[in-house]
Amino acid sequence: MKNPYLPYPVRIDSIVTETEDRNLKTFTLVFKNPEDEARFAYTPGQFAELSVAGQGESPIGIASSPTEKGFIKFTVNKVGRVTSHLHSMKEGDVMGVRGPMGNWYPWETLEGKNIVIIGGGFAFTTLRSSIVYMLHPDNRSRFGDITVVYGARSPGLLLYKDELAAWEQRDDIKMHITVDGCSDPNWKYNVGFVPTVTKEKAPSADNAYAIICGPPIMIKFTLPVLTDLGFPPDRIISSLEMRMKCGIGICGRCNIGSEYVCKDGPVFTLEKLSKLPNEY
Amino acid sequence: MTEMYIPKEKLAGVVEDLIGRQRVYGPVFDGAYHNFEEIKSAGALDLAYSNTRLSAKGLFHPHSERMFEYSLASGDPEAGVLKETEKDYSPRVVLGMRPCDARALKIMDRNFNSPQYGDPWWVKRIEATTIVGLACNAPCGTCFCTTAGSGPFDDSGLDAMLVDLGEGYLARAVTDKGSALLSQISKGSAAPADAAQKADALRRSAEAAIGLQFDVGSITGKDSMELFNSPIWEEIQFACINCGTCTFLCPTCWCFDIQDETHGEHGDRIRIWDSCMFPLFTLHGSGHNPRQNKAQRVRQRFMHKLRYYPEKYGDGIACTGCGRCVRACPVNIDIRNVARLMSSSACVRPA
Repeated sequence: MKNPYLPYPVRIDSIVTETEDRNLKTFTLVFKNPEDEARFAYTPGQFAELSVAGQGESPIGIASSPTEKGFIKFTVNKVGRVTSHLHSMKEGDVMGVRGPMGNWYPWETLEGKNIVIIGGGFAFTTLRSSIVYMLHPDNRSRFGDITVVYGARSPGLLLYKDELAAWEQRDDIKMHITVDGCSDPNWKYNVGFVPTVTKEKAPSADNAYAIICGPPIMIKFTLPVLTDLGFPPDRIISSLEMRMKCGIGICGRCNIGSEYVCKDGPVFTLEKLSKLPNEY
Repeated sequence: MTEMYIPKEKLAGVVEDLIGRQRVYGPVFDGAYHNFEEIKSAGALDLAYSNTRLSAKGLFHPHSERMFEYSLASGDPEAGVLKETEKDYSPRVVLGMRPCDARALKIMDRNFNSPQYGDPWWVKRIEATTIVGLACNAPCGTCFCTTAGSGPFDDSGLDAMLVDLGEGYLARAVTDKGSALLSQISKGSAAPADAAQKADALRRSAEAAIGLQFDVGSITGKDSMELFNSPIWEEIQFACINCGTCTFLCPTCWCFDIQDETHGEHGDRIRIWDSCMFPLFTLHGSGHNPRQNKAQRVRQRFMHKLRYYPEKYGDGIACTGCGRCVRACPVNIDIRNVARLMSSSACVRPA
């Protein structure tokens, strides 16, 4: 019997500091046992438990896309014991990854649809996974228009800056990058909060689904904008965070009503969330 | 072998024979309470008991256990890689478990052995164990097993069941495992002609002594959000001190924490019982806590037992009516009263 609590050993291949406050680093991990990579088959929207012996585990969204082979990526915010320790680790160090866990964005349903992605701050990780996945030559034709609204407090707090710039150059994805405020006279993108920019750019709700991830305050003010644009609750998809331990629906702490965020989520439609207790 | 009679004077010999073949666990009196322990000699087993202080869940989901071990030694090529901790999964028998506690294992099994994930430690311990229950002839005043879908003679969680007929035990196999165990017992004899009739009379009088405490269907049939938003929780939570005694003693409270403990260059990843009564249970790294108030945590416990679990699995409530939480609560919160409030809360509209 496979032990679902046993992490796959991985080696830290590279560490990139993403933001000017140095609070977010992207870890590229390579499986120590190459056969584990196939066992870790995942879909954009899923997460994994990052495990550091002696420190514990932390549930983090998978930032790489299954179309990227040979490694997996996680962008980690420095918050508690495990993530702070991770930030002090070096390339070459050994740690563990357990997963993939949870459900994913409903790719079969999304096929043939226009996709509107709305992200804020460091919640852009599984959205990066999704964009890379959809833009892959094998997949791009399976989806209609792709529109992205991505905001951070300042330019230096945006994740994946090189990729954002590359996506800006493409004609098969509409990028609306924004910051809350900016003193850089050469800033060539938007200035304004995500809800405001979403309203301005007004992506069509026609044949479209919206995937929204970000801080609660951003989600709170963006949902009415999406509703006004004509997105029904079953076409607004979000992903939740929760304190987790087992990640496989057993240890009991991440429930919202009868649903475990780790196993039945983390991806929920707004329609589903409206039927659950507001305990998240 | 599906049925036999064991005269009480022969029980010690039967237990000694079992000890020679596998590990044997049963209720042991520690001077104040009964609890499940490994029986090394037949004299330690005490079947003249009402129920154990702690439920039987710890036999399968221990209060604390090592999951993995690791080395942090510099130069160790395996440093930082978790290894499974060796455990004893040799066959064992648990004697004298009450039907409510055995049914609780069936409820826990839904959680620990789902179609998607099997908890290896749980599954292997269940597989290694033959459970010989002891029917309840004299339920306590706090028992409500018949209300909760179990009963004093419920054999649904058992491999075999003993019924105390006074001078001896009627032993009945329930599963193949139980039947295999009974066939190991050479000191039993054929059941007397009136044994089944006597056992049935004991069952009827035990069931009659309990009585119906609340109506499960009127809770599980109710809208979940209506119950969640009901004003009853304010009153229910008022006295609670979030001590966690109820979750500690409950035979179906399975929640656990996972922690790493390092000593020098070596350490263990361990799991320990946790409790939804504690604020740390749900505290995010950011400081946000979805159940930061006592009322939210109290509501979570009862809603999980009586509404969320049935909603998720469609298999009755996550309570077997053992009554431990009722007896041990320091502020006299009684799940039977809570259940009655929940079942009648449709009449109460939020102000």
